[in-house]
Amino acid sequence: MRDVFCRSLVSQTVDPRLVFLTGDLGFKALEPLRDALRERFINAGVAEQNMVSVAAGLAKLGLRPWVYSIAPFVYARPFEQIRNDVCMHKLPVVLVGNGGGYGYGVMGSTHHALEDYGCLLTLPNLRVFAPAFDEDVSAIIPLLMQVDDPAYLRLGMAERPAECAIPAYACWRRLIKGDGPTLVVIGPLAGGLLRVASGLSQARCPDLWLVTELPMQALPEGLLESIRRSRHLVVVEEHTAAGGLGQMLSYRLAWMGHAPHRFSHYHAHGYVSGLFGSQRFHRAESGLDPDAIVASTCNE
Amino acid sequence: MRNSELSKMEVGSVIDLRRKAKLRLLQMHYESGVGHLGGNLSALDILLCLYHFILRRDDLFVLSKGHGAGALYVALWSTGALTDDDLQQFHKDGTRLSGHPPAVGIPEIVFATGSLGHGLGLACGLALGKKLKGEPGRVFCLTSDGEWNEGSCWESLIFLTHHRLDNLILIVDCNGLQGFGTTREVANLEPLIEKFRAFGIDALEIDGHAMENLHAAVAECHSGPLAIVARTVKGCGVSFMENQMEWHYLPLNAQQYEQARNEVQQACVMSSADR
Repeated sequence: MRDVFCRSLVSQTVDPRLVFLTGDLGFKALEPLRDALRERFINAGVAEQNMVSVAAGLAKLGLRPWVYSIAPFVYARPFEQIRNDVCMHKLPVVLVGNGGGYGYGVMGSTHHALEDYGCLLTLPNLRVFAPAFDEDVSAIIPLLMQVDDPAYLRLGMAERPAECAIPAYACWRRLIKGDGPTLVVIGPLAGGLLRVASGLSQARCPDLWLVTELPMQALPEGLLESIRRSRHLVVVEEHTAAGGLGQMLSYRLAWMGHAPHRFSHYHAHGYVSGLFGSQRFHRAESGLDPDAIVASTCNE
Repeated sequence: MRNSELSKMEVGSVIDLRRKAKLRLLQMHYESGVGHLGGNLSALDILLCLYHFILRRDDLFVLSKGHGAGALYVALWSTGALTDDDLQQFHKDGTRLSGHPPAVGIPEIVFATGSLGHGLGLACGLALGKKLKGEPGRVFCLTSDGEWNEGSCWESLIFLTHHRLDNLILIVDCNGLQGFGTTREVANLEPLIEKFRAFGIDALEIDGHAMENLHAAVAECHSGPLAIVARTVKGCGVSFMENQMEWHYLPLNAQQYEQARNEVQQACVMSSADR
């Protein structure tokens, strides 16, 4: 997603309010953006606390700062600066975290972002955007230039199955309609789930929904109908259970009086074996393998 | 206005301004039963000088030592931006005037502060933003000395010197005391001025209670960034508070309040007589 992110943001550089700050990352990726923005592209160095405070100062003057780093370095290290300087003042700073979830794979746990949106959504005014496909990134970036709230953009590696059509960007989308359980996913895991689901019969196929923006906007009536019909809600996310989509959605449904009869939650479990590997390895250790999820939830 | 002009023409009004502001600060903290007086009295002269003699329409100010909110509110009261009614609400339920500067409700306050080590980065953003937008004006930031324990301050110092933010002036209220000891005991950074210079920023040291010195330092700075190490006295002007750590925390009782008022009044009479 990083290349499409760069290309999409380059197309916004005509807006003189756009300022981009990077925590010394973006080699072989963000050079076109640097060249387009010139003095408005700032390598703030390996100093994320200052970078976020600087962004708040820029935003206070009406500019549109984007702050970029590997995900944990942009939400965890400068958390208090995000809280006090950005969110308490409701400033339009966009935090861009590359490598959501286990995205940095064998680089290790310091580089993973398993609790990013859970932590950030405890803060006032902040909105999270977690694209699943490259096309989502292209749609979200112009949107973020118009959003007047703090925002966090969680980038990952898109896994769109080539043969599947994807509905146009929306905060809630039904990716495939099936008669199986109601399955709600956030982020690039959607691609793998869609691939597996599209090979199933209508009877076994999950009713697959994708959410991209948090806090969730109003739940679509089609989703509520699906949960009433299937009586089984499955939530899949590359994030800890604590503060995750599963908790948010089940809470919302309980509050609305639409609690599902059965609830399954597939989420990041941290480091099950204590060993390290690719993003695929860590997903599998957490039970986040799309084939396994579909096999265990769509076989009734 | 030059230093000599300030010292000759306005010394009478400075004494009066200082007396009124210091008495109002004592009254506000006494009536609200609130501590933090020591650090407010060390910063008050700097804030009065900024608001009355330095800040112009296009300038911005960030109080990084948010625990100096009382002195900031009184300085804003002295300019007419806050009223007596506002100050009477200090620290009360339903107030705009929280113990540290708020994010909303007082237009003159650009940023909420209180957790140390944020203000200089915010000031860097404002200064950089002004340059990118081609806007006039300078950005002033007042930190405490203990605040320089925070790593984020040094991140910001690297940033502002590297980007040559010549529209930024940093003032450090060096009263030598922090939360649980003297700055020398806790994490000695002296000589602070040499550390600033080593980072590549022009730096000078002044008496932080001599407004004409701060005014002159700023007036003579044609291109920043500049760091001003202002030597101050915690609890300045009240004998039993001066350089006493407990006055970072303690509220005044009635007898102490009376003594403090008398000392401030007396000091101003003596200053006037010296003229």
